[in-house]
Amino acid sequence: MPFAPSRYLWPLAALLTLAGPVAAQDVIKVGEVASMTGKDAAFGQSSHKGTIFAIEELNAGGGVLGRQLDLVTEDNQCKQGESATAARKLISRDKVVALLGEIASSRSLEMAPIAQASHIPMISPGSTNPRVTTIGNYVFRVCFIDPFQGTVMAKFARNTLKLQRVALLTSVSSAYSVGLAKYFKEVFVRGGGAIALQQTYAEGEKDFKAQLTVIKAAGVDGIFVPGYYTEAALICLQARELGLAVPIFGGDGWDSPPLIEIGGQAVEGTYYSDHYSATNTAPVVQDFVRKFRVRWGGETPDAMAALGYDSAMVLADALRRAGTTAAPQLRDAIAATKDYPGVTGTTTIDAERNASKAATIFEVKGGQSVFVESIAP
Amino acid sequence: MSEFLQQTLNGLSLGAIYALIALGYTMVYGVLRFINFAHSDVFMVGAFLGYYLAKLVPAATVGGGLLVLAGSMIGCALLGIVIERLAYRPLRRGPTLNVLITAIGVSLLLEYSGQFGFGAAPRTFPVLFPQRDLHLGGLVISSTQVIVIVVAAGLLAALQVIVHRTRIGTAMRALSLNATAAQLVGINTDVVISFTFGLGSALAAAGGILYAMNYPSIDPLMGVMPGLKAFVAAVLGGIGNIPGAALGGLILGLVETFVAGSPWSTYKDAIAFGVLIVILLCRPAGLLGKFRVEKV
Amino acid sequence: MPKPHLALLAAVAAAALVARGSGLIDPYYLDVLTIIGINVILAVSLNLVNGYTGQFSLGHAGFMSVGAYLSAAVSLQAGPAVLGSDPSALAQGLFFLGALLVGGLAAAVAGLLVGIPSLRLRGDYLAIVTLAFGEIIRVTFQNIDALGGALGLNGIPPYTTIFWVLAFAALTVFTVSCLVNSTYGRGFLAVHDDEIAAAAVGLNPTRYKIVAFVVSAFFAGIAGGLYGHFRLTITPGGFDFTKSIEIVVMVILGGMGNMLGVILAAILLTLLPEVLRPVAEYRMIIYSFLLIVLMILRPQGLFNLKLRRAKRAGP
Repeated sequence: MPFAPSRYLWPLAALLTLAGPVAAQDVIKVGEVASMTGKDAAFGQSSHKGTIFAIEELNAGGGVLGRQLDLVTEDNQCKQGESATAARKLISRDKVVALLGEIASSRSLEMAPIAQASHIPMISPGSTNPRVTTIGNYVFRVCFIDPFQGTVMAKFARNTLKLQRVALLTSVSSAYSVGLAKYFKEVFVRGGGAIALQQTYAEGEKDFKAQLTVIKAAGVDGIFVPGYYTEAALICLQARELGLAVPIFGGDGWDSPPLIEIGGQAVEGTYYSDHYSATNTAPVVQDFVRKFRVRWGGETPDAMAALGYDSAMVLADALRRAGTTAAPQLRDAIAATKDYPGVTGTTTIDAERNASKAATIFEVKGGQSVFVESIAP
Repeated sequence: MSEFLQQTLNGLSLGAIYALIALGYTMVYGVLRFINFAHSDVFMVGAFLGYYLAKLVPAATVGGGLLVLAGSMIGCALLGIVIERLAYRPLRRGPTLNVLITAIGVSLLLEYSGQFGFGAAPRTFPVLFPQRDLHLGGLVISSTQVIVIVVAAGLLAALQVIVHRTRIGTAMRALSLNATAAQLVGINTDVVISFTFGLGSALAAAGGILYAMNYPSIDPLMGVMPGLKAFVAAVLGGIGNIPGAALGGLILGLVETFVAGSPWSTYKDAIAFGVLIVILLCRPAGLLGKFRVEKV
Repeated sequence: MPKPHLALLAAVAAAALVARGSGLIDPYYLDVLTIIGINVILAVSLNLVNGYTGQFSLGHAGFMSVGAYLSAAVSLQAGPAVLGSDPSALAQGLFFLGALLVGGLAAAVAGLLVGIPSLRLRGDYLAIVTLAFGEIIRVTFQNIDALGGALGLNGIPPYTTIFWVLAFAALTVFTVSCLVNSTYGRGFLAVHDDEIAAAAVGLNPTRYKIVAFVVSAFFAGIAGGLYGHFRLTITPGGFDFTKSIEIVVMVILGGMGNMLGVILAAILLTLLPEVLRPVAEYRMIIYSFLLIVLMILRPQGLFNLKLRRAKRAGP
């Protein structure tokens, strides 16, 4: 059957839109690379909601430097290599003044060399692996890094929960999980504790009974699960089913409403560290939560959304302080961010271009995340 | 000892689910000689269908649970028949590899439409049947695990009855032996193939519901890994062979569980695949498969 | 092709010209062009196994990852020692070539290790075993801390240029087409058409299959090395079976065994997601829908202008 020419018209039209250079002087273009589809789409969709909400809020308030912000979002489908192509396209075709992204450290590592080489500032909302910001002085992040969080949880486990022998249950396919576990172990052992055993799983898995059965037999007094809420909820459920009543705790990857929805009774009495919680009574947070719910049909923002929001707001703040969109000045302004009142905590960008902010420990009580203590860097 | 028993129970429960999904793969392969890549996504649709149907029935009752299961199985049977009719039937005359690509296309379509329509974030699957845990010494048996094993066994038995004791089952077996000869003796291949797809999809839906009962977090990509494992299980048992698929599923579930609890748990997937390779090297047609000697 | 060696030299010269003028090309287009080149190498090398020899391999991404990891490891470990602090372009080029070859040869060895046990298996069984091997390779890399574990390797030196990619693409096409069109190479097609008949006329189907696996794995390894030094960061998860399936789709869409078709399909399937960026939300839905429609409407492959129908065993 011969080709219908109409099949070519549509992609041709799309190609034509690519051909013309984009030149709008009265708009500030900001690029975003997020995983909107694919296996980690839950995180990317969430951070995108936060980011675009921030942009909308800024525009409603008159924009930045007297101009409206235009967020150009590119999806990387959680595929290796796509973030780099997306970053390249945003920089050379869309001529963005800055890049926001990504959540996953491996994908940020794809974008960072390109941003650095093009001298375009890049702010990662949620990549916690230390390597990301070492790529160059144009790469920043608004979240804390794994070594800090691992230390926080280790100190909490030793000093507050008074745990002696802990089991680690890490996701072998997630650099975040492996990194966090490594730093936790270092500090926990240095503080006099012992890691009784280490079990692993891979992301996307649903059955942890095998690993938990071994942990139960080892007789530990706590389990550290430095993974994401998608698995953490099921892990808690299955642990309780097997009769494991010891404290289970984790990191900021736990924070998302489905943790409590799916985990139900099983996550009561568990702990996790985070920079943000929707139940934080601070006015700036409650304000954000309320307005976010209105914007997104009642949905409560999770940590990724809050980080996405803050990454855009920190950028806007830097733009205002720089007074220009020129890259070197913008970069310096971002680096000079001090005590910015973000919804994920008072944020200061330190000399390594990481965010210096306190971590908060939460306990799940009565179906809510309740503040336990705050640990400053 | 109780740890060993617990792991065995865990493995059997996981294996039962793999077996159910594997049955769908193997049935379609037996009749059409083609790997239905979209099967794992019908599994996912089944779970989501169950999620929405569960809102219409009272929670945690036996009757409600059975209704949801039946409803989801019927819904996915229809979905399977529609997919076959629209995407696979036009390509039946050509080389199987083309249908394979179409199957991949259908699989991707279901996954990405699911992410678009349902959103990528995981949802809590509601409690369908009343939950009770039995504690025997150090062993914990959850009612969900028992239901999974019982339902899977029941469906397998029902499948055997359909395939060996009914006319349509005989027609399926005839078609899998020799499609042209089956047509010559008057079997309506279109109807039989549609029925096979419908049946396989219904089993996938059941697998999806049982899986979601065991691990109450569902998302549009939930079918990818279980689908791959179940496919491996089907091949392990000899693809095209129904008891083989069940056996393969159980073996894979047990191997995976024991490895996951061992010091080599990080290599769990690699070892599962390694077992497959070793078995195929010794028995190139799978454990219960028949090696087809090609006549020149 | 009357003088294939001249054609290869011309292609390499053209690649050099394009590279010289690469400063004038928009970086984004250059990026896409580089990826197209890498995908062409992957698709053409897989075509040797899947298309010409008729063996259904689903583990190509595994060979790519072996090449990527090993060549990156060489660059990262041996690079500073061998090259010193300010190497000349020639030294850097030669070193890069060396690293690529190490990756390619390692992948070829992997191809041998995968190919030999798999040869007893037919059709779909071979598919699942190659898929299994691909996954085993992925899990293994995920567990090797020296190679970065789950995070993989990053900070890989950016040696890949459009010249290398186009030159190797030309080399791959040259090698595979010369191989298949030679007298020896007719054996591949014979094995594809009817293995028993091929054995009956004195060919060794096993040897042909192994050669096909090894050669195709070698080029997949080269493609992996080029990819690693282009994206500067590689993770084990990026080389999973979905990547293998992407390459298989290119081969089948191009018409198995159709060199030009496969190249065009690789180009099309790389461009399609880029062209669909304006509707990014629906991008994959459209992509998968197009896949279904294209296979139904043109089952012999998009670009199969010759009517070479693959024979299917059985009724």
